Amino acid sequence: MAERIAFELNGETRTVEVAPDTPLLYVLRNELGLSNPHFGCGLAQCGACTVHVDGAPTRSCSLPVSQAAGTKVMTLAGLGTPEHPHRLQAAFIAEQVPQCGYCLNGWIMTAAALLRDTPHPSEQQIRDGLSGLKCRCGTHMAILRAVRRAAQAA
Amino acid sequence: MTQFSIDRRSVFKGAGALVVSIGIPGVAAAEIGKPVKPALSPDQLDSWLAVKADGDVVAYFGKMDMGQGVDVAIAQIVGEELDVPFERINVVMGDTAWTVNQGGASGSTGIQKGGIPLRNAAAEARRVLVELASQRLGVPADRIEVTDGVVAVSGDPARKLSYGELIGGRYFDLAMTWNGKIGNDLVAEGQAKPKPPSAYKIVGQSPPRFDVPAKVFGKLDYVTDIKVPGMLHGRMIRPPVAGAVPVAVDDGSVQDLPGVRVVCDKGFVGIVAEREWDAVQAVERLHVTWSEAAPPFPEMAALYDHIRQASVVKREVPVATGEIDPAFASAARIVEAEYEWPFQSHASMGPACAVVDARADRATLWTGSQKPHFARDGVARALGLPQDKVHGIWVPGPGSYGRNDAGDAGIDAALLSKAVDRPVRVQGMRYEGHGWDPKGPASIHRARAALDKDGAVIGYVFESKGFSRIDIDTNESDPSYSLAGQLMGLPLKSLQGFGVPAESYGFASKRSAWETIAPLLDRGSPLRTAHLRDPVGPQIQFASESFIDEIAAATATDPLAFRLRYLKAPRDIAVVKAAAERAQWDPRPSPRPDRSGDTLSGRGIAYAQRSGAVVAIVAEVEIDRRTGKVWARKFTVAHDCGLIINPDGLRRCIEGNVVQGTSRALTEEVAFDRAKVTSTDWLSYPILDISETPEAVDIVLINRPELPPAGAGESSIRPVAAALANAVFDATGVRLRRAPLTPQRLKAALA
Repeated sequence: MAERIAFELNGETRTVEVAPDTPLLYVLRNELGLSNPHFGCGLAQCGACTVHVDGAPTRSCSLPVSQAAGTKVMTLAGLGTPEHPHRLQAAFIAEQVPQCGYCLNGWIMTAAALLRDTPHPSEQQIRDGLSGLKCRCGTHMAILRAVRRAAQAA
Repeated sequence: MTQFSIDRRSVFKGAGALVVSIGIPGVAAAEIGKPVKPALSPDQLDSWLAVKADGDVVAYFGKMDMGQGVDVAIAQIVGEELDVPFERINVVMGDTAWTVNQGGASGSTGIQKGGIPLRNAAAEARRVLVELASQRLGVPADRIEVTDGVVAVSGDPARKLSYGELIGGRYFDLAMTWNGKIGNDLVAEGQAKPKPPSAYKIVGQSPPRFDVPAKVFGKLDYVTDIKVPGMLHGRMIRPPVAGAVPVAVDDGSVQDLPGVRVVCDKGFVGIVAEREWDAVQAVERLHVTWSEAAPPFPEMAALYDHIRQASVVKREVPVATGEIDPAFASAARIVEAEYEWPFQSHASMGPACAVVDARADRATLWTGSQKPHFARDGVARALGLPQDKVHGIWVPGPGSYGRNDAGDAGIDAALLSKAVDRPVRVQGMRYEGHGWDPKGPASIHRARAALDKDGAVIGYVFESKGFSRIDIDTNESDPSYSLAGQLMGLPLKSLQGFGVPAESYGFASKRSAWETIAPLLDRGSPLRTAHLRDPVGPQIQFASESFIDEIAAATATDPLAFRLRYLKAPRDIAVVKAAAERAQWDPRPSPRPDRSGDTLSGRGIAYAQRSGAVVAIVAEVEIDRRTGKVWARKFTVAHDCGLIINPDGLRRCIEGNVVQGTSRALTEEVAFDRAKVTSTDWLSYPILDISETPEAVDIVLINRPELPPAGAGESSIRPVAAALANAVFDATGVRLRRAPLTPQRLKAALA
């Protein structure tokens, strides 16, 4: 049965009426019309669906929306804008990271939390902090350059 | 999102303007001025580019960019020939109503072949514009010069006209010469001769990608983001045993899910629902009784024996020079080895997605396929509609490295949409992305070398035997080449094809051959094969370039010196030397003498030609003896693809090739049991993790303006696996002849 569930999305309170076991990802994409985050695996294995829930990088494909009730959810679109880019977004542009770009969401959102908690990470901390995320196009080298660049911009 | 109406093609006029909402930049007919554009045909200049009233230029590209910036290169080429700044070129691609079929993304020919008509069209447009200006300004054409889209009289810059003033608001309405072909080999040309490379100002620069900001800010719509009014969410149900067909489908098992409908036709089983999550749940709950199908596959452990023993369906001997048999008969020594390469998966970041709105008399397809024109043709055939009644719209998809599952999703969505009479969005689940995408073929490779008493190679034989590279064609233009079609009983028409090493070793006698065997199942199979990035290139060159090192080692020769002794083509020699020099290659035979300690290090070299490009790679590895784990610490790549259009884009393209190639060499292997593919997620089909990424990929670009640009999308993936295997041998003295080079295999070999 559908329930009314409210949470804050990119700074605005949103209320949806959905089955409470619906993954947050589906609610963000279908009920709330976001074209980002993405469905990659539905298994919390790739990170394409990553959002911040109360600041924590979270795989939204595997979080029932009921558990997001009352939280603050932030997506890539809420992280920064072309006018006010997050330093990671600026760095990913400067390094021209994408191949297909479908996975970018996971890297940037995960790295944003990493740099927030560890403003000057070592190379090993960057690699460990991003481990587990997937990029099939193989942009790993450019991703690492972009995260290093953003860290230096802090 | 950009709203624009597609109303150019007469077919859509009878039905009224078809308004779609997509994320592709376009130009409405009204912006150009003339209400009717000439019919979309390769022999019309207007099919290739348009000048808007404000002087901006739209280039219509009938190939695709799959994430490497090919569209940027096309804009550079067009801007260069037109003398219009890069920033004012807008590239429209992948829409069947706006672009001619140049074959989509195919064999890294986006620039190599796809750029040719665009270059010609832009040169022809410039010629016409200069002619127009000459008439309007009353001076001969040879007294006209063009700067940034403005035509002025030489020495009198006040007398000028912009392209916008000259043609903006009108079509050229000018015929070009077309060679009558569609696809990769389409060529159209005008009277104008393109510029010589010595005059290039935009080509050779590195302007940034168009799509990066939108992707980085989460603003870009992928095919997965297409939403059409009235759209239902579809999911497919695949057989648990390959070859099984449904004998009973219990609709009641999903009755409690709102609005779920089941569509079943022979082996095609799908469901649709109003809400996506209901569709996902319905797939899990739907009770289907499947036929008792005999498991069609060999045990995975017996895969290579199966290949060895299987009857040969087709054999070709593309290379045969010199007298092979006498060479081996007189040999002082014979070196032999056999190599094995597994099935590999495209494993794109997202499972395939497509949206189709099928009506009684027409249809619209939104697809991430790299060949949207052919995808359109396939949907038209699946729906029984004339080709020109189907509008195909490409929207970026979740990664594409060949004929992946995107080619199947369009047909799935079309059949579901037709069945339920609503637009349907189909997206696969992860187990379909890995489990049911078409696979790169498994193969074995046998190599033999005859050496004379001085260690010179007098005979060389290289033979591959494997599954065909194309159980399904390179594109989905016919339902028989789709999973849906094959599950519904259309026969699998395996096109037999493989390949031979691409190199220029001048051995005294030489034979390179291939043999293909029958597919494991004659219908929709999770192990059917199709083109995966650099089709059969990595496996063949893994074997051939490993074997070159084996001959070098057998004669205690430095692997670099051995290659340089036999290589014939000057460009091949140049890249091999360039990579070795940059990597500060230490000339000595492999393996390295000191192989003690828990951390072993080594270096290997390999090289390959590919369709006009040539690449050499030096790999440097570190190996943990206790675990057998290989870290590809550093690559040095020397790359020659002729004229370079965009050096920075090329570097990132090479990096992607090297990282993906490392992944395929070290970790990727499709697992299966007798009934099905069992590597169905990222845990069972791991790819290279960021923590395993090389610390450096050092790239030497060799620019050859005197040569036409060749493709770079796949050439540098080809020698990666062999460079790594050769480095592993150098470090350990162990020759791994089965890919991937997993820790388990190396640890066992080191024990």
